[in-house]
Amino acid sequence: MYDFEYHKPSSVADAVKLLAADPEAKAISGGMTLLPALKHRLNKPTYVVDLSGIAELRGVRKEGDNIVIGALTKHYEIATHPQILAAIPALARMAATIGDTQVRNRGTIGGSLANNDPAADYPAAALALGATIVTDRRSIPADDFFLGMFTTALEPDELVTGISFPIPEKAGYAKLRNPASRYSMTGVFVAKGPSGVRVGVNGAAPCAFRQGEMETALTANWSPDAVAGIKQSPDELNSDIHGSAEYRANLVAVMAKRAVADAG
Amino acid sequence: MNVTVPFEGIGASVRRKEDLRFLTGRGQYTDDLNRPGQLHAWILRSPHAHARLGRIGTAAAAAMPGVLAVYTGQDLAAAGLGGLPCGWQVTGKGGKVMAEPLHPVLATGKVRHVGDPVALVVAETRAQARDAAEAIEVDYAPLPAIATIGAATAPGAPALHDEAPDNICFDWEIGDAAATDAAFARAHKVVRFDTTNNRLVPNAMEPRAALGEYDPNSGEHTLWTTSQNPHVIRLLMGAFVLKVPEHKLRVVALDVGGGFGSKIYHYAEEALVTWSAAQLKRPVKWTAERSESFVSDAHGRDHVTHAELALDQEGRFLGLRVATLANMGAYLSTFAPAVPTYLSATLLAGVYTTPVIHGQVKAVFTSTVPVDAYRGAGRPETTYLLERLVDVAAREMGMDRTEIRRKNFIRPDQFPYQTPVALQYDSGDYEATLRIALDAADFAGFEARRAEARARGKLRGIGISTYLEACGIAPSKLVGQLGARAGLYEVANIRVHPTGSISVFTGTHSHGQGHETTFAQLVTERLGVPFDQVEIVHGDTGKIPFGMGTYGSRSLAVGGAAMVKAMDKIIAKGKKIAAHLMEAAVEDIEFSDGQFRVAGTDRSKAFAEISMAAYVPHDYPIDEIEPGLEETAFYDPKNFTFPGGCHICEVEIDPDTGEVAVVNFTACDDVGRVINPMIVEGQIQGGLAQGIGQALIEHTVYDRDGQLLSASFNDYAMPRAKDLPSFQVSTSATLCTHNPLGVKGCGEVGAIGSPPAVMNAVVDALRDYGVTHVEMPATPVKIWSIIHQGRSGADLPAAAE
Repeated sequence: MYDFEYHKPSSVADAVKLLAADPEAKAISGGMTLLPALKHRLNKPTYVVDLSGIAELRGVRKEGDNIVIGALTKHYEIATHPQILAAIPALARMAATIGDTQVRNRGTIGGSLANNDPAADYPAAALALGATIVTDRRSIPADDFFLGMFTTALEPDELVTGISFPIPEKAGYAKLRNPASRYSMTGVFVAKGPSGVRVGVNGAAPCAFRQGEMETALTANWSPDAVAGIKQSPDELNSDIHGSAEYRANLVAVMAKRAVADAG
Repeated sequence: MNVTVPFEGIGASVRRKEDLRFLTGRGQYTDDLNRPGQLHAWILRSPHAHARLGRIGTAAAAAMPGVLAVYTGQDLAAAGLGGLPCGWQVTGKGGKVMAEPLHPVLATGKVRHVGDPVALVVAETRAQARDAAEAIEVDYAPLPAIATIGAATAPGAPALHDEAPDNICFDWEIGDAAATDAAFARAHKVVRFDTTNNRLVPNAMEPRAALGEYDPNSGEHTLWTTSQNPHVIRLLMGAFVLKVPEHKLRVVALDVGGGFGSKIYHYAEEALVTWSAAQLKRPVKWTAERSESFVSDAHGRDHVTHAELALDQEGRFLGLRVATLANMGAYLSTFAPAVPTYLSATLLAGVYTTPVIHGQVKAVFTSTVPVDAYRGAGRPETTYLLERLVDVAAREMGMDRTEIRRKNFIRPDQFPYQTPVALQYDSGDYEATLRIALDAADFAGFEARRAEARARGKLRGIGISTYLEACGIAPSKLVGQLGARAGLYEVANIRVHPTGSISVFTGTHSHGQGHETTFAQLVTERLGVPFDQVEIVHGDTGKIPFGMGTYGSRSLAVGGAAMVKAMDKIIAKGKKIAAHLMEAAVEDIEFSDGQFRVAGTDRSKAFAEISMAAYVPHDYPIDEIEPGLEETAFYDPKNFTFPGGCHICEVEIDPDTGEVAVVNFTACDDVGRVINPMIVEGQIQGGLAQGIGQALIEHTVYDRDGQLLSASFNDYAMPRAKDLPSFQVSTSATLCTHNPLGVKGCGEVGAIGSPPAVMNAVVDALRDYGVTHVEMPATPVKIWSIIHQGRSGADLPAAAE
């Protein structure tokens, strides 16, 4: 990696100040994406702002009908947290499928959402659960947060501080892993919650998206069979050496069916 | 006196000695070694598949902090360095010798694959060297890439090398074409089959590394390198590249973390660190990044083959015709020309009595990483071809898959069996391994499992592979006639110390096989010395007389035989000493269980008493024999060894996603005599994992521009524990008839026998869809496309372009 200045602030305000001071500065949380990029010299930040010393970014709590998860919460913690397991078990099950043990003990939910990798798991869950992404300066509904491949509504110096998930009546998740990377080739998160039935899809397209037809079908009839016949259009889906757009379109339907079954 | 000691000889599953240091992080790998004053190398590699090299501007890089030197191909040529040599010369049709273009250590004139080394930077730190490499300005004039065999052989294809204007390295044949044609003329049926054996990246856990050092006082160069065969590297690099004589060049391979063939070859980086260390009078170290491994370790497989099998009415094989295009990559790696020819086409008889065979191989240059031997080397390609072809033939003939195999098996009473493609098999019992595997796999009960799976919405299939392979490539006289530029014997030096402890110096090398354990068991068995009194030393040309290294499952069959020969010399000398000490005739001395006994008496001398007498020769037959107890033996085998067996795979396909799960895998292998059953089982399981990886997920993809798309673990799928079932592995031995241990070799059988078993199972699972063949790897998208889009699998694009 190239040389950079390393900073470890202890407050969100200090972190944002550092990020605002230089457009080439980068925040690092678990580093599961940034570190490999640095090692490959694909990224040349001036400052690396390490968020791990900021206590206010940690913790999981229930606030009314919501589960609020601090941005620095690791996948392993989400997979095993009693309150999450009780309130949104599908989210815990999903977190348990991310990467491997090492990744789950380093990677954080805030980092994953801010990075918005098309093949990451959380964006589909955030969309389906109707989550709100909380930053140092505002709250952004998930529907407005994910803008495109590795692109979000965040300002360059804006930090995700936490995510608020409305507790659903039921939710489920299913995905097919890419045989090489084990990232999601296509994953579908379904939820029936306070804002109705919502279906989030990851891995299939350049950015996670909601599947409206399936939401309508599941609203009328919450059952795996309701989505099995719905054809996802392959237009604008990803196509690469691991899967054609047609294949991913098929997986949307297959994984939706399985996600509904998972939700029960 | 009866002392109970644990049995640690031949046949005991002794725990691996070496694992204590490996599992506790105390192994010593090349990258663990650091020398005083050490510098670091970074290699600038070509981003282009094919380009003319213009000016290389190094001044800015040379002026950067910490940089000691920047070298290009021109510098090496000016210093008189030779190209990287090829160890085999294949002579093709009409006596035409293969095209053998220069393989420069650093590119000159052109670059010919992505990853081709262009410049070397040596600096105080690795980061400084890398920074400086980015400051080198290279003028590339891109030329059209020749990324695949198809592109290289297309009419009007651009030439990669002037020496091979049609990109053909050689056009070679084996067998009797006229007799084969005659057999086809009277065939009841001819079955045709086309397939591509998918290209693989070896991906040893330990990346390659090399550390060079020069001692100006002695003029001696030392190279520490991740090698399966340090003496071969010393010969190739010393004699051909650097022109340094053997006594001034020491090559050391410490612990090596996997090789699978990829660490046999002499690579540019070895010559670069050795040479630059001498220039700069400081040690120079290079360690590959994983992304460099993908574009610089020799790849494996990549054969495109058309085959035709002639059968009579009863399903007997009358003749076989095979034409293969074999990808050599951009340059000839050390073993490359031998892989599709002498390691592949000579196996075309397989386990069958096919009376006439004709094989042709065209070797093709492409603008890709050089291709060479990878676990199995040529034998997996032929085994896959034959065992798929036999299944296709069974279907076309309406025959049972076991029946067609049994009908054509070479029977035990037919050994030694001369094939029509040069080899003579010494032993085997293919019916026995088939029967054991069929029983263990409950083949008879399969249809019930298929029906049960169908009820769950899964497509279940079963596949068989009955195979043989050839190990311990030899004898030297024969391989010399075939074009090998080296002998293929092995060397053992056995040093008995005064107290009876033993150091064994072997020319083979362990890169995970457990030689320190298996070889010690041989010594324990034969000399009766306790297991913990035996040390196996390998990997250092400064300690070991000579050796050809470890590949082709040769270490035990050839290296072990050399040890036996050396031990027999020790015993013979010991008998003379014992005869003197016990005042008996040499002919009356018997040796067993570590005791020299006078036959028919209770007089005996322990092995350690004899060794002490040899080193303290106060009472010694000094007029007849010399003091000391140390012997060296070179063993040149009489023939290859021929392991074989039967693999049976059971898969379940999820038709919704196309995922293939291996749900059962049964192997019964004949690897000859087994020294350590636990290690053999481990070797077979590892090979099966690689074979299943090739069949289901591993795939090397170049795009049209010669860019490697599967250039990291993000895109190149390696098998993981979750992809594999709990294997049922067993062995059933017929002994090798021509080596003293009766051993055949076990390192590659798993990777050789398994891919066709997996693919036969996949095709069987898809039989209701009219599928007759699926190309490897059977990835989810491929299987789904076959089921839902009616595609054959062969027509699927290899890459998104």
